[in-house]
Amino acid sequence: MVKPDNNIILTMEGVCKTFPGVQALEKVDFDLKKGEIHAIVGENGAGKSTLIKVLTGVERPDAGIIKYDEKVISVKSPQEAQEMGITMVYQEVNLCTNLSIAENILIGREPMKWGSIDKKTMNIQAKEILMRLDIDLDVTRILGTCPVAIQQMAAIARALEISSAKILILDEPTSSLSAHETQQLFKVMRKLKSDGVAIIFVTHFLDQVYEITDRITVLRNGKLVGTFATSELSYLELVTKMIGRSLNELQDMTKLKLESSHHIKKDELLEAKGLGRTGAIEPFDLELHAGEVVGLAGLLGSGRTEIAELLFGIERPDSGSISMDGKTISDYSPIESIGRGVALCPEDRKAEGIIPDLTVRENIILAMQASLGWFKYLSLQKQYEIADKYIALLNISTPSADQLVKNLSGGNQQKVILARWLATNPRLLILDEPTRGIDVGAKAEIQKLVLSLADEGKSCVFISSELEEVLRTSHRIVVLRNQEKIAEFNSDVGAHKIMQSIAGTVSTKART
Amino acid sequence: MAQTQRIKLFLLHYGPLLTTITIFLVAYITGGLLYPAMQKPQVFFNLFINEGSLLLCSIGMTFAIISGGLDLSVGGMIALVTTASAVMLKHGASPLVVMPLMLVMGTAIGFALGSIIHFFKVQPFIVTLMGLYFCRGMAYIISDLSVTITNKDYLFLALTAIHIPFIPRSYVYIPTLVAPVMILVAFYLAYFTRFGRTVYAMGNNEQSAMLMGLPVARTKITVYAFSGFCSALAGIVWSISLLAGYGQFAQGLELDSIASVVMGGTLLTGGIGNVIGTMFGVLINGTIVSILQFNGTLSSWWNRIAIGVLTLIFIGIQSLFYVTKRPSSN
Repeated sequence: MVKPDNNIILTMEGVCKTFPGVQALEKVDFDLKKGEIHAIVGENGAGKSTLIKVLTGVERPDAGIIKYDEKVISVKSPQEAQEMGITMVYQEVNLCTNLSIAENILIGREPMKWGSIDKKTMNIQAKEILMRLDIDLDVTRILGTCPVAIQQMAAIARALEISSAKILILDEPTSSLSAHETQQLFKVMRKLKSDGVAIIFVTHFLDQVYEITDRITVLRNGKLVGTFATSELSYLELVTKMIGRSLNELQDMTKLKLESSHHIKKDELLEAKGLGRTGAIEPFDLELHAGEVVGLAGLLGSGRTEIAELLFGIERPDSGSISMDGKTISDYSPIESIGRGVALCPEDRKAEGIIPDLTVRENIILAMQASLGWFKYLSLQKQYEIADKYIALLNISTPSADQLVKNLSGGNQQKVILARWLATNPRLLILDEPTRGIDVGAKAEIQKLVLSLADEGKSCVFISSELEEVLRTSHRIVVLRNQEKIAEFNSDVGAHKIMQSIAGTVSTKART
Repeated sequence: MAQTQRIKLFLLHYGPLLTTITIFLVAYITGGLLYPAMQKPQVFFNLFINEGSLLLCSIGMTFAIISGGLDLSVGGMIALVTTASAVMLKHGASPLVVMPLMLVMGTAIGFALGSIIHFFKVQPFIVTLMGLYFCRGMAYIISDLSVTITNKDYLFLALTAIHIPFIPRSYVYIPTLVAPVMILVAFYLAYFTRFGRTVYAMGNNEQSAMLMGLPVARTKITVYAFSGFCSALAGIVWSISLLAGYGQFAQGLELDSIASVVMGGTLLTGGIGNVIGTMFGVLINGTIVSILQFNGTLSSWWNRIAIGVLTLIFIGIQSLFYVTKRPSSN
């Protein structure tokens, strides 16, 4: 596909890796040029992380050749990879939050003077390294007190300093950054690129792929789909290559949405009046109808999650009231909410949602069992029936209902949580960032599912950072800013208008 | 804005240490007001004389806890070192042989415990508890009775008072000086060596430390070896000041030590803390004992209750400082 090129710094040929029961990589070829930003994209389970693990020495390939700087290498450990100039910045920032920024950048190779660490020189060096990335910071600040974006920059600075890296691998670096912070990161990436560093950029955000990368390598099911120049591959083609099926589904969705919007009931299922909680969300009104999907749009911290928590009864409101089916609610607690047919899929599925060491079946049964009461026994056969039903319904890819949830990919874990709440047959489903960190295909599936649930007469609150997604999925959109409900739109209002509303027309710190 | 931010960061950084020092001062001054005899400077130096061993093993403990672990073997180590040295001295061994040997033994046992913790991935709690049983058991096997030390050099070390310059009628003994010197050494280790910084990094997040390419294995084992060394030193100081060796010595000292470290502002989950705080933690412990002694009528068990309450308060303060702390988003 790509002609031989002197600029090539790394080639991987015919790399194979098998895990028990899974062919994670099957004869994958990959090459990387100096001074390019190369995206690796693919659905969850496509083999992106395995490919990177092979490259950084976390996993050993079963077959295949890795050539680096025209020499065949075999990397045995991340440390060895680092010494060779291949460094990785992980998705979760792997630094020490109790040390200063300077220490985090230089620890292990601090400048020494008479056998002890020369803190002054260390701080100056750290500052210089950051300056090279055009970042000006107080390097004596404790890392834990800095925003995630800064922590990420420190991680990159460390990666560069340690190995005078020739290859920098960024694994989902933008997943916890705001738009503004992402731009900051991109600035750093462009700077490095101009210095001749080859960057591998793994991400789920396809917009970002187009914004910053030169070439794209697409993987699917452990196989290479191809490597393409970013400028020559349209968005639609890319998505098609990634999910291996056409985008008809997205169009289906528009149809589905239109159709389901006819089924929205007139009566309110839930009505919040002047509901608010000091410090969390200003009083707001909200009506939810059966069969309707209401999207909450706004930046991180704008009050989206807070609304979800109030509606589900995790937090008590200190003003206003909620009524369901016309009856005012007096007891706010998750258990009561579940009893009323409200379900919440929390934002952080790792921390609040799945129980990784239980099987898919056990995870799905959990909420249902809770709503039945702990002493009512659900026969094993019945449990399997339910689990299998939802595995099929949500298209969860797992070998069996007895697989441990931790062995599933992120998207499938998310589906398991969804299944758990669906099993309780809720009337109101609150989904907080249900598609975060999962791939396009799984995203589309979940969005579709939300709409089909609405079609069945359930009401949904859909929270997401991706406006596109909110627009696609919701019948009505509530815009939040600074913990306040700003506006309410019908979804046929364009993205632009909502964006303006999110940013605030007079606000100077508008972020796209 | 920048000013308040700086003050906030300063408090986050030094708050627990300042709290410890304040509590010490309050306790000490209260004691002085209640019992005028406590106002004599010698009472302050007595704290170091009496708490020397506790201070020494708390230094090692501080490192173990900052690294994210714990060392329960310290009390047993003291018992073993006192008994072993008493018996060896009784049989005519020279202190010049006994003392280095004890230090080597302490370090070696610590090294072994650290290796087990690291290579077999066992909880430090269990491994060092095993170490505690082993050491105390060995002490009784060496001698199940108390052994008196009559060695001349030990007597000399124990009884030679060093007068404190400029402060009349106040003195310490030679072994008293060991702990303050070790505090300085430990402070240097913690802040100015790669070993020390790696201990902090590990305590914050061992996984991260490993991914950052830091020598986690070596550092972890060194931490326990260092703790073993400190407790052996504590044992030597103990045997000199009591001029005896006995398997029953230093019962429950490991828990006093942990309490002192926590009172000194070290986070039990690791990553945060320092030896200066630990020193004040130990001094608080000593001050409470002094107050009870000067009172004379209160049961000495009040000491335990006071330490318990203070430790709890400190854990509360820590969660205030660290747990609710969220990265500021600016």
